[in-house]
Amino acid sequence: MPLQESAVSSATPQSTALLQTPLHDLHLRLGAKMVPFAGYAMPVTYPAGLMAEHRQCRESAALFDVSHMGQLRLVGPDAAAALESLVPMDVVGLGEGKQRYAFFTNESGGLLDDLMMVRPNAADAAAGFGDLFLVVNAGCKEADIRHLITHIGTRCTVLPMPERALLALQGPLAVAALSRLDPGVAQLTFMTGGAFTLAGAPCFVTRSGYTGEDGFEISVPATHAEALAESLLTQPEVKPAGLGARDTLRLEAGMCLYGHDIDETTSPVEAGLTWAIQKVRRPGGARAGGYPGAAAIESQLTSGPPSKRVGLIGLERAPVREGTPIVDAHGRKLGKVTSGTLAPTVNQVIAMACLPIDHALPHHEVYAEVRGKRLPMRVSPMPFNPHRYHRA
Amino acid sequence: MTTKFTSDHEWINTASIEAAVVGITPHAQDALGDVVFVELPEVGRSYAKGEVAGVVESVKAAADIYMPVNGEVVEVNEALKADPALANTDPMGAGWFFKVKVASTAEFDGLMEPPAYETLLQSL
Repeated sequence: MPLQESAVSSATPQSTALLQTPLHDLHLRLGAKMVPFAGYAMPVTYPAGLMAEHRQCRESAALFDVSHMGQLRLVGPDAAAALESLVPMDVVGLGEGKQRYAFFTNESGGLLDDLMMVRPNAADAAAGFGDLFLVVNAGCKEADIRHLITHIGTRCTVLPMPERALLALQGPLAVAALSRLDPGVAQLTFMTGGAFTLAGAPCFVTRSGYTGEDGFEISVPATHAEALAESLLTQPEVKPAGLGARDTLRLEAGMCLYGHDIDETTSPVEAGLTWAIQKVRRPGGARAGGYPGAAAIESQLTSGPPSKRVGLIGLERAPVREGTPIVDAHGRKLGKVTSGTLAPTVNQVIAMACLPIDHALPHHEVYAEVRGKRLPMRVSPMPFNPHRYHRA
Repeated sequence: MTTKFTSDHEWINTASIEAAVVGITPHAQDALGDVVFVELPEVGRSYAKGEVAGVVESVKAAADIYMPVNGEVVEVNEALKADPALANTDPMGAGWFFKVKVASTAEFDGLMEPPAYETLLQSL
């Protein structure tokens, strides 16, 4: 019985050994199954297993090591305006302590990477978290840093922060657990952040994540990462969770994975990400355009895209995985699955696919070709599982 | 009553040639992770040794189930279809996959005895 691993992996450097995060030894002590991901040895599951780790996040609190991701800061009074030349987001208007989802576009209006950006308040900026603090995907971090330096390196200072680790604590009881380390974190609302001392370490904490649950992402010096992780794991609500559960959680939450659901060939309009393009940057807005691919994106914003990312729910129990062809009732190819899984919380086969606009309608039935059979699936709104953010 | 093994991490109970029980080993279920779906062979159909008889899927991986012997499938485990997690919780017992009728005990020759399978596991 040979195993064909479903893709929760991205390109690994060919002949170099895998990199390790600051929590590598901890993962081994906890009995994690390690796999290569973006050039790092990362925990895919712990002994509890994917289903239990997924449930832990939805019911209590799960701790993820996401230190493989890229952290960097932009410093200088022109940083926000400069970043607006690379992303179609309102960065100049981002308030103190506020966080936004963003993406880098390319000249054809495709996506180079998606990221989170937060504007530390003046005190936190001075403390070393920058005028803008960015978290980018692990697989793109080298390219993103080069992109920033090339295009805006003369307008602000681009400072990668490889000396920091990143932890995600996600779930309805995450705030109870983290508050014991600093009660101040409970004051944060969804998509806000600030500096806090946690387990003796100077951290930057945002109330956001990649699971659809309430929770936090914590930037901590690499030297203090293990101590902080251990401190969190002693909280009764918290158990470790790996990249396997991280993928099922984000997919249930309807969130894209760069390199799978979105890439250089997908426009943000096709990807259903126009909500992230604030009005001021859209046609007619005070700072419309001015980012790569603006003409193509504005054209799609006006006339609609030719295809759209949709959610699919399987009407049968066989998982439908990335790469699976999606056809119509006559067997004509419509597109392919970009992400798929058996979703532990909603207990259904779910997937994302990019379909022609006339098939991208709720409840529309399409078919996934799996092992020579056509499995019926139905277009579904996303998220598959409701978000439970702690909003203001 | 002997259980024998294949290098694909499947087991077969050779006690009966009318209905030899086949499943996946604890090693296999551990490598897969939480099993969420199984596709079982067709009852009444004859398969050749090595032919793909079914599929076992976890969230992260899909794996073929091979026929360990030549024979006719006489029964499949409906309880496993309904609750695929049985393959994880009791892979050698309630998590059995199917039963196969073989022509003679000669079909079981050449399969691994428990010590040989144990040696294989050590080498992984």
